[in-house]
Amino acid sequence: MLTYIARRLLVAIPTLLALIVVSFLLMEFAPGSPFATERGVPAEVLANLEREYGLDRSLIERMGIYVWNVVTQFDFGPSFVFTDRSVNELIAQGFPVTLTYGVWSFIVAVLVGVTLGAFAAIKHNSALDYAAVGITVGAQVLPNFVMAPILVLIFTLWLGWLPGGGWQGGQIEYVILPVIALSTSYMASIARITRSSMLETLNAGYVRTARAKGLPMRRVIFRHALKPAMLPVVSYLGPAFVGMITGSVVIDVFFSTGGIGQFFVNSALARDYSVILGITILFGALTIFFNLLVDVAYAWIDPKIRY
Amino acid sequence: MPLLSVENLGVEFQTPDGTVNAVNGLSFTVDQGETLAIVGESGSGKSQTAFATMGLLARNGRATGKVHFDGQELLALPERDLNRIRGDAVSMIFQDPMTSLNPYLKVGPQMIEVLQLHKGVGKRAARDEAVRMLDAVRIPDAKARLNQYPHEFSGGMRQRIMIAMSLLCRPKLLIADEPTTALDVTVQAQIMKLLAEIRQEFGTAMILITHDLGIVADSCDRTLVMYGGRVMEEGPTDALFAKPSHPYTVGLMKAVPRLDVDQDDLQTIPGEPPDMSRLPKGCPFSPRCAHVRDICRGTMPPLEPHGPLLRACHAPPAEVEKEITA
Repeated sequence: MLTYIARRLLVAIPTLLALIVVSFLLMEFAPGSPFATERGVPAEVLANLEREYGLDRSLIERMGIYVWNVVTQFDFGPSFVFTDRSVNELIAQGFPVTLTYGVWSFIVAVLVGVTLGAFAAIKHNSALDYAAVGITVGAQVLPNFVMAPILVLIFTLWLGWLPGGGWQGGQIEYVILPVIALSTSYMASIARITRSSMLETLNAGYVRTARAKGLPMRRVIFRHALKPAMLPVVSYLGPAFVGMITGSVVIDVFFSTGGIGQFFVNSALARDYSVILGITILFGALTIFFNLLVDVAYAWIDPKIRY
Repeated sequence: MPLLSVENLGVEFQTPDGTVNAVNGLSFTVDQGETLAIVGESGSGKSQTAFATMGLLARNGRATGKVHFDGQELLALPERDLNRIRGDAVSMIFQDPMTSLNPYLKVGPQMIEVLQLHKGVGKRAARDEAVRMLDAVRIPDAKARLNQYPHEFSGGMRQRIMIAMSLLCRPKLLIADEPTTALDVTVQAQIMKLLAEIRQEFGTAMILITHDLGIVADSCDRTLVMYGGRVMEEGPTDALFAKPSHPYTVGLMKAVPRLDVDQDDLQTIPGEPPDMSRLPKGCPFSPRCAHVRDICRGTMPPLEPHGPLLRACHAPPAEVEKEITA
């Protein structure tokens, strides 16, 4: 198991390198430049700027220097657009915000989703089941850019209970609406996966055996059905967690949280190469790490899986 | 007084295609220590009879009639009270040992929980008893094996574990639903021998559900032949095998491949098993029966005694009986 984890972490290195190369090339081929403005910049100024940021060097050279700085000093370079600010600073500023509402969203999505899905399956074809299916379908087709304004309309403008934006260091009332807006569709997915996999598990032979033993239903579910029913959910949770803690542009923009998603999109629009690369690598590394966690969790749940 | 008496049992399922009657007006009894075989082809309702008895029907299923076991009416019991009986006084072995043990739990805890639940014994005592029972079904190195998962055992061994688990509480009645169907022939013989020995040792009554007549002839006191959810013929196994008097039983017997006679073709019963949602009005076997007459299509024959047997057939016994000797 430990050797498996070590091997997976080693494989992560070439994966991240490939990610850097592809991102670098994509940015290279995209038209535009961080210094392009409406009025245009004098040729001498542009040359100076490009020399300052190393853009006059060849692609291979730039890539080499970039990787070298990242690996040796964990330095993602300066931002091209926000003068005097480094990518490390931007991430350090935005990521904790995203992480906060992301982790909360994850907790809410898992708790509500699993509970709702499991109960719907246990009370299959009951009013509760139909209500749960209705809610989850609704939640899944409602995108968060529709969800967010509706929430603000209700809780800020009509009821006046919660602020419609801002962050204030992550005070609870500023976190609630972003968490609801972000977690709802994930919650719906989790509920639907839980429901269908629980339904399947409840029809399994070993659940019938457990009932034939005279175990009460509660014990049949908790001891015999829950663990196998969670397998498909767990495989969804890895990517879902990364999706949530890397945030959402919509949430950041709409609630002015100052999270990292906003930087990501702005940097892409402004051709802020180093910020794009830095955030891409961060997301990539998180994805690799959480997929590994999911695989380890799988081996823990299913004794047939051994690495 | 019989240990189990089933009276006029009906099992029906609500499906999108309408109501399916899997079992119709089935009655039989099992005495203390007796072995009853329920024989029939797929879809004859034999497994659903067992599930109904144990309260294990699928959600869309419903059982009617009476199932009287050891002084209690099982079909009328609330789930709580039923749970005190199943696994304890009545236990069950299923067809597929690959799926009937929980693949995510070690074998030990799966066995121990039965004893803890019904007998209230401590963990250590339950463990010792589980080891004793695994020894009894000849699982070598039982103590260490308790810490293994089901996938670490072969199919035959898993069925032995199921048998051991079902016997932990010394049940009065064991229902075995095709316990050897998923196993290969040599393992089948071992499992049947084991069941016979264990039954003798513990005095357990058994209902053996099977489509394998060879198994029945060797191991069962009485045999009940089912078709289309109804009893076709019933009686002491010896008498039934010596002189079957129902066309369906005769067909089943003739379909058993014989090693002592040179056979070119496998004998079959013409036609297909019935569609349980569209059963004929009269005898369910009438569309496939060689002795069919007009009355069969309209009226289900009553179950009437014929020597030591009970048979439900309009055709005269003599006409059917001579077919098997010919």
